[in-house]
Amino acid sequence: MNPQVLIDGVIAGSIIGLGAIGLTLTYAILRFANFTHGDFLAGGAYLTLTVSGFLGGFLASLGVGTPLGPFSFGWGLPVSLMAGIGLTIVLTLALDRVLFGSLRRRGADAIIIVMASFGASMALRSLIEFIYTANPVYLTRELQIAQQIGLGMRATPDQLLTIAMTAVLVLALHLVVTRTATGRAMRAVSENPSLAGVYGIDVAMVIRMTWIIGAGLACVAGVMSGLLVQIRPYMGFDLLLPLFAAAILGGIGSIPGAMLGGLIIGLAEAMTVQLIGAEWRAAVAFVLLVAVLIVRPTGLFGQRG
Amino acid sequence: MSMLSLRDFQAGYDPDLPIVKGVSLDVAQGEAVGILGPNGAGKSTLIKAVAGQVACLGGHVTLNDVDITGVASHDLARRGLGFVPQTENIFTRLSIRENLQIAAELVPKGRRADRIEAMFAMFPDLASHSSRQAGALSGGQRQMLAAARALLNEPQVLILDEPSAGLSPKLVGQVFDTLRKISDAGVTLVLVEQNVRAALQLVTRALVLVDGELAHDGPSDALHDGALLGRLFLGTREATA
Repeated sequence: MNPQVLIDGVIAGSIIGLGAIGLTLTYAILRFANFTHGDFLAGGAYLTLTVSGFLGGFLASLGVGTPLGPFSFGWGLPVSLMAGIGLTIVLTLALDRVLFGSLRRRGADAIIIVMASFGASMALRSLIEFIYTANPVYLTRELQIAQQIGLGMRATPDQLLTIAMTAVLVLALHLVVTRTATGRAMRAVSENPSLAGVYGIDVAMVIRMTWIIGAGLACVAGVMSGLLVQIRPYMGFDLLLPLFAAAILGGIGSIPGAMLGGLIIGLAEAMTVQLIGAEWRAAVAFVLLVAVLIVRPTGLFGQRG
Repeated sequence: MSMLSLRDFQAGYDPDLPIVKGVSLDVAQGEAVGILGPNGAGKSTLIKAVAGQVACLGGHVTLNDVDITGVASHDLARRGLGFVPQTENIFTRLSIRENLQIAAELVPKGRRADRIEAMFAMFPDLASHSSRQAGALSGGQRQMLAAARALLNEPQVLILDEPSAGLSPKLVGQVFDTLRKISDAGVTLVLVEQNVRAALQLVTRALVLVDGELAHDGPSDALHDGALLGRLFLGTREATA
């Protein structure tokens, strides 16, 4: 087996893992499978692209539009990413206020909220396609040559940055959830929202925080995917099954679990492409999802009850 | 001046079918009050509604003369109303210390560590394995942790829903000894309890709720012989006088 499969799997797994973290948090705290999460990835990428388009000329006029070091992008992308994260957060909070929050207040069953998320997902995707068309777009047109990184593997600087950024974000989020008052409140709400209120936790605030973290990570994952491949209206929808598979494989509510699940799915996909054929890639996440549900429904790090 | 006051209070899960039907009562500062009654009388619904866990369908509740009717439960905790539910009253996936740390968020920053240590001093059983997951605690220890959590931010009123539920007689004794200490420390206690004998030894005043209405309100001593209590539980309201 070509060792390149390892780095390819880790790169794909990084993007899947970041997306799965948002999904697992939403699932654990709001108790529904959020089908719009994939479209938050796509929406985040398009919003970042839009800001980047506005900023491009301005930054070029300041002389800072050229690529940063070995990377394929200049200062415009990090700045646009910050704005894109902010806009994705606004989008998710607005959607929660108008749709999911409204259903929660009426005491709607989880299946109704899931169906609503499915509908919102289609609406968002259609809106993106309406505004930006179905043609793929790119965050950068600079060419990058993959370089040797040892053990017979090659990667571009952008790909290595994606892995490093994922590691930093996952570690930071893990520390927030395990070591801070906000994280304790999130874990408490995920176990028992009613009791959380009795303890003095503002559950509505925790729900907003969950959307903010999920949206932020979804935007970063969408931009990473857009940077390494391309941006398409269906990019998030296509990632949805691997995201769910990673979240369930890792154990619902577990951040390290979602990340590890993402890496396992990414590696399995990369191996499938090399060993069986690219046409089977999409089936891997589904097979793994079914296998986990049969063998260990709580996932690798999930807790019962 | 009453610490907790209910006026024509109605509560339940369906606006057309109130379970608590117009209860009025006053609890003075430092008083220990027991709410007793047969199964289905609406005791738990009453205190859950006061604690913001069940919808208030009518009437008013005041805490220290401030109207708290319909206030969200997390806000009530901040205002000094502590509530300990009957079951699922601790976060089992969090450690003992983390359970207390969450409650300590209601205390000013500079006092949080001191308050947590004060609770460990009051409940030494919890202190010895504070980093343990709370789900590993015994039934009695869980009630201790639930009480410690509720007391941590020094509530003006502590409401408990059947603290003896599911405990062995020995553990019931331990839990009520702890509640006596809490009451002796001056905390206003309101207690719903099925274990009438244990409750009457703790509280100074007993309320009997029958079919969602207050059927008796008087000193707990009056119910010790059991005859009056028996008549009340069977629903003969003329005994109220």
